[in-house]
Amino acid sequence: MELTTVWFVAIATLWTGYFVLEGFDFGVGMLYRVLGRNEPERRAAISTIGPVWDGNEVWLIMAGAATFAAFPEWYATLFSGFYLPLFAILVGLIVRGVALEYRGKRDEPEWRARMDAMIVVGSVLPALLWGVAFGNIVRGVPLDAGHEYVGGFGTLLNPFALLGGLTFVAVFVTHGAIFLALRTTDDLRVRANRLATRTGAVAAVLTIAFLAWAQALRGDTVSVIVTIAAIVAFAGGLVANLLRREGWAFVGTTLAIGLAVVSLFVALFPDVMPSTLDPGSTLTIVDAASTPYTLKAMTIITAIFMPLVLLYQGWTYWVFRKRVVVA
Amino acid sequence: MDTLDLARWQFAITTVYHFFFVPVTISLVAITAGLQTAWYRTGKEKYLRLTKFYGKLFLINIAMGVVTGLVQEFQFGMNWSDYSRFVGDVFGAPLALEGLLAFFLESTFIGLWIFGWDRLPKLVHLGCIWMVVLGTQLSAYFILAANSWMQNPVGFRYNAARGRAELTDLWAVLTNKVVLVTFPHTIFAAFMVGGAFVAGVALWHLVRRPGTDRDVFRSALKIGASVVLVAGVGVAISGDLQGKVMTEVQPMKMAAAEALYETEKPASFSVFTVGTLDGSKEIFSIKLPYLLSFLATGRFDGEVQGINSLQEAYEQLYGPGSYKPNIPLTYWTFRLMIGVGMASAAVALWLLWTTRRGRAPARWLVWLAAPLPLLPLVANTFGWIFTETGRQPWLVFGLLPTASGVSPGTTSGEVITSLVGFTALYGVLAVVETKLLLRTIRTGLAGTDAPPDTAPDQPDKPLSFAY
Repeated sequence: MELTTVWFVAIATLWTGYFVLEGFDFGVGMLYRVLGRNEPERRAAISTIGPVWDGNEVWLIMAGAATFAAFPEWYATLFSGFYLPLFAILVGLIVRGVALEYRGKRDEPEWRARMDAMIVVGSVLPALLWGVAFGNIVRGVPLDAGHEYVGGFGTLLNPFALLGGLTFVAVFVTHGAIFLALRTTDDLRVRANRLATRTGAVAAVLTIAFLAWAQALRGDTVSVIVTIAAIVAFAGGLVANLLRREGWAFVGTTLAIGLAVVSLFVALFPDVMPSTLDPGSTLTIVDAASTPYTLKAMTIITAIFMPLVLLYQGWTYWVFRKRVVVA
Repeated sequence: MDTLDLARWQFAITTVYHFFFVPVTISLVAITAGLQTAWYRTGKEKYLRLTKFYGKLFLINIAMGVVTGLVQEFQFGMNWSDYSRFVGDVFGAPLALEGLLAFFLESTFIGLWIFGWDRLPKLVHLGCIWMVVLGTQLSAYFILAANSWMQNPVGFRYNAARGRAELTDLWAVLTNKVVLVTFPHTIFAAFMVGGAFVAGVALWHLVRRPGTDRDVFRSALKIGASVVLVAGVGVAISGDLQGKVMTEVQPMKMAAAEALYETEKPASFSVFTVGTLDGSKEIFSIKLPYLLSFLATGRFDGEVQGINSLQEAYEQLYGPGSYKPNIPLTYWTFRLMIGVGMASAAVALWLLWTTRRGRAPARWLVWLAAPLPLLPLVANTFGWIFTETGRQPWLVFGLLPTASGVSPGTTSGEVITSLVGFTALYGVLAVVETKLLLRTIRTGLAGTDAPPDTAPDQPDKPLSFAY
């Protein structure tokens, strides 16, 4: 495999990891306030993501940094072009991160209510806008010959991308609810399970619509197969949830999110930023790539250290594998 | 203001703000790890209580460091897309290494440390915080290697066809002589902040609550003040080495540090100057002869090149234009960095002396509690403003002018939105964070002595330590 392809796969993997992992902690962030009916329940719900959300977010930082290093043109075009959504995502993540860390530091209802509001907004906003951003990446945006984005903010708010945003939110809510059902006990667990059934139905409809539209825009045989697999996995997850097989339900939504993100990247390949103005202005992996030397050096280092990262991140999940009880 | 000025202001504001939290994080986590190690080795409860107390303050602080760091990574692409295109092949690699080797380590093990108190064996739990320490050190190294490449580009070739710098030797970038001196300087400077923070908090408790936990806070005061002094010596030595490297690779920055317009041999260092606004003419100054020569070259009679001759040389090399940074800014930030840093070390020394052999600190000393950590923090800020504005008009020294790095398609409206947005948000968060810190400091050691009561085979209970 060409090194540029290797790094395209690597970046797709990082985004996939990010959405699978932060997907459930976004979901928990959106849900714990309504699912938890009192403070002990809310604290229990939020404790399920407490030890891991920060590590999950590093997948985003890694995706950004790897894009900068391996495909500087992609990094430059994407983040300067999607300026305002990215600004809003950053504000959301800042507000959410601070609130998650500070919520338990003062024992007053008003303080917690304020932090709860920040966590909800900080979970919905980035989820929605990442969906909008990925919708636009797949759909293509107006790029000039220098690969500069020449559209406005409104250009990004097209129906397909907005559908992407809603899909991300609905899927993450379901993924988060299933995670909560898997990691809590008693009433909280039952409520999370029921909620996942209801939101899961909505998420399934949105997912099918969004992925099918994406395939219609830019699909090939492989990406269609992956899309179907994603939908099947999601359906399987929802069935498992109905049967209250929480572990399998979580495997199902995990696979569904992973495969859905993969299907978008497969559909995109070998472009990274398609131009809607002129096919000649489309940014491809070859135009965007760093030199073979840089890619090779990064490949070697990543091959050594990424397994280590997976090992200790996996260990964290193992250490905190037990259900959180309401206390 | 045009997009360029706005983008520069945004970078300055978000970076200076981010770096309020960085030095505290780097040093406080290491001091906390040291305290926990002391508890592990000696079994003395006071070390456990200090670990929990300062650990909590560290967590309040690192939350801000992490979230403001997010902006740092993405604004290269948002506001400086042409810079990103130009440098990505070189600059991206240390940034990606920082994520892969440092951020994953920090964030994962911090979660384990916070939530693992009663779930992990003591030694493993101690190991977790040391992994966080390792993560912060690696993070500092890689990001300083990236920054040092902008000060002194090495290990690359310029590809004229693609109009970008391309990496030819990653090892050269990672062992750039600038990073080799900048890393210890930055780390020691960070420890001055953390040590002063630990000492300042302890001083406040000793004076305001003389009856409560006196022995524990006496230990903290001594530890903190000693860290400041040792780190202060480290800062001075590494800063001296750094000055010599800077003179070699960025002579204009050294000349600007002294506002030295004409080449001098030997050159004197002015402690204080009243001059014209652009610093080109002096009206009154206090000078220490030979000192600048020594700082710049290591010899008391060494020649230091002046701004005017460097300007001429650069015009020959790079074409017409001004190659002078903002001279009053570099002149004053350089002095204030040194002066304020030295003042904080002096305060720490005074505190050690005045509390020697069981003496209680005088009541008036409480007024030093707040300035003590702020002085080295401000010195850090001045140092960064000096080194970054002293690089101007270059983004990458000798290769890419600052004006050529800004995003061509980004509108000033967009930059204004994010500049105002981030600044307002940062302002609010500063208030929230400061209030929370002060509250936690006032609460003191209450609650830190509760022994963990959950057996490891029990189901997970939400823990009170952090959430």
